Amino acid sequence: MSSIITTDKLNLWYGDTHALKDINIDIQKNSITALIGPSGCGKSTFLKTLNRMNDLIETVKTTGEVRYSGHNIFSKDIDVNELRRDVGMVFQKPSPFPMSIYDNIAYGPRTHGMTNKANLDEMVEQSLRGAAIWNEVKDRLKKNALSLSGGQQQRLCIARALAVKPKVLLMDEPTSALDPISTSQIEELILQLKEKYTIIIVTHNMQQAVRISDNTAFFLLGELIEFGKTEKVFSYPQDKRTEDYITGRFG
Amino acid sequence: MKKKRLFEDAVHGIFLLLGLVTVGCVLIMTVYLILSGIPAIKEIGLFHFLFGKEWASTASEPQYGILPFILTSIYGTAGAILVGVPIGFFTAVFLSKIAGKTIRTAIETAVNLLAGIPSVVYGLVGMFVLVPGIRKLFNIPDGASLLAAIIVLAIMILPSIIKVSVTALDAVPREYEDASLALGATPIETYFKVSVPAAKSGIAAAVVLGVGRAIGEAMAVMMVAGNVANMPSLFQSVRFLTTAVASEMAYSSPGSLQQNALFSIALVLFLFIMLLNATLNFFLKRKKEN
Repeated sequence: MSSIITTDKLNLWYGDTHALKDINIDIQKNSITALIGPSGCGKSTFLKTLNRMNDLIETVKTTGEVRYSGHNIFSKDIDVNELRRDVGMVFQKPSPFPMSIYDNIAYGPRTHGMTNKANLDEMVEQSLRGAAIWNEVKDRLKKNALSLSGGQQQRLCIARALAVKPKVLLMDEPTSALDPISTSQIEELILQLKEKYTIIIVTHNMQQAVRISDNTAFFLLGELIEFGKTEKVFSYPQDKRTEDYITGRFG
Repeated sequence: MKKKRLFEDAVHGIFLLLGLVTVGCVLIMTVYLILSGIPAIKEIGLFHFLFGKEWASTASEPQYGILPFILTSIYGTAGAILVGVPIGFFTAVFLSKIAGKTIRTAIETAVNLLAGIPSVVYGLVGMFVLVPGIRKLFNIPDGASLLAAIIVLAIMILPSIIKVSVTALDAVPREYEDASLALGATPIETYFKVSVPAAKSGIAAAVVLGVGRAIGEAMAVMMVAGNVANMPSLFQSVRFLTTAVASEMAYSSPGSLQQNALFSIALVLFLFIMLLNATLNFFLKRKKEN
């Protein structure tokens, strides 16, 4: 397997706060990587660095490299909008736009210049199928997306992210606002998506990490403490701090 | 214990009474306007009054057609909206989404000052700067015109449009914008395709508020529009519904048809404002529901 994202001595500061310290990590193509650790450990910050959503916060400063397909994403000749097209994101809180289901999905393709109605129709269907929500919404594509349930909204957001044909999907605790049934639907979906996409998911739920991820990275106080195959990290943690965390001694 | 209860009830009653003062004022004014507005309309005839093209209240054969005023008010307001809304809207988007803190504070201070300037001052500046300017620029005998009124009104409605739109745009959840950016849309695409549509009820309310301000303004337009009862034309002196009432009331004799007709004009203006308020409420209610 080849790596798609590699970070090299990645450091990040929010003002004076050193939020990420010398992170070196290799993300494999078509794998699911879970980022775990207590609140404030830097896992979400790390995730948002990968598509440069942290740029939106004024005081952020980074050093080191993040290479996506071999290119440093901080280099001047990278178009950040192109990067975000390739490295999509699903947020913690389901955040459909206050428009119709159809328009939500078509938003990305339209923004990137797709105007042909037939192409858009096809893209909408394909994306909704890809996110396993087509059957539930196919008869009400013109309805407002906010009328969907929380779990449906989150799958809609996944479909919306798929519609711009990303290579990588970043997911920031995508099920933490959902009920158990919706959660298991999303987990199932994530496992299916692995075939086509590389997925990096932040989760507070350790069972979830075990259930769906291939690799797990444990963050603590801005440091990457341990990174490896999920079953290894959870069965034979190399670091005492990892063991303490996954056995519930703190966090 | 009982004394305390009594005190509570009394305070409650006083507050209720104070609250009713507003309601009472509105009711009294409405009834008064309707009662004093109807006789003249009855005498002149509704159709002749609303659609008569000539207003000559002091002629030997007086004419009481207020179509020139109605159209002037509509054209003037529409013109002010046409000029003021684009400026106000883009300023609002800039302030809410693009401007840095310092620039935003500076511009917002200016907007607040603009909102606080009395309309007679707008009128004065318009009279001595704008009116001569228009006269020279378009080479017409008198610059006091509908155009001058439109420009003054456009500036006067800017603060309400900007402030209400900024509030609406500020209230757009950050998640919408983040989601759009994460899809690879540029910030500008995000503001116009996601933020503005999400704030559209609020922005519509801002426009309606601007319309209300423009249609109700009397002093400033009286000073720059020349105040002649012509049918509206951009470079001609015109009279608005508001200025029609204000300028003739002082010398109309009590109980005369002329004075009664002025009350009828006020009633028409009042109905316009009521309609606007209903529209505004519609938008605000829809905003709440979203």
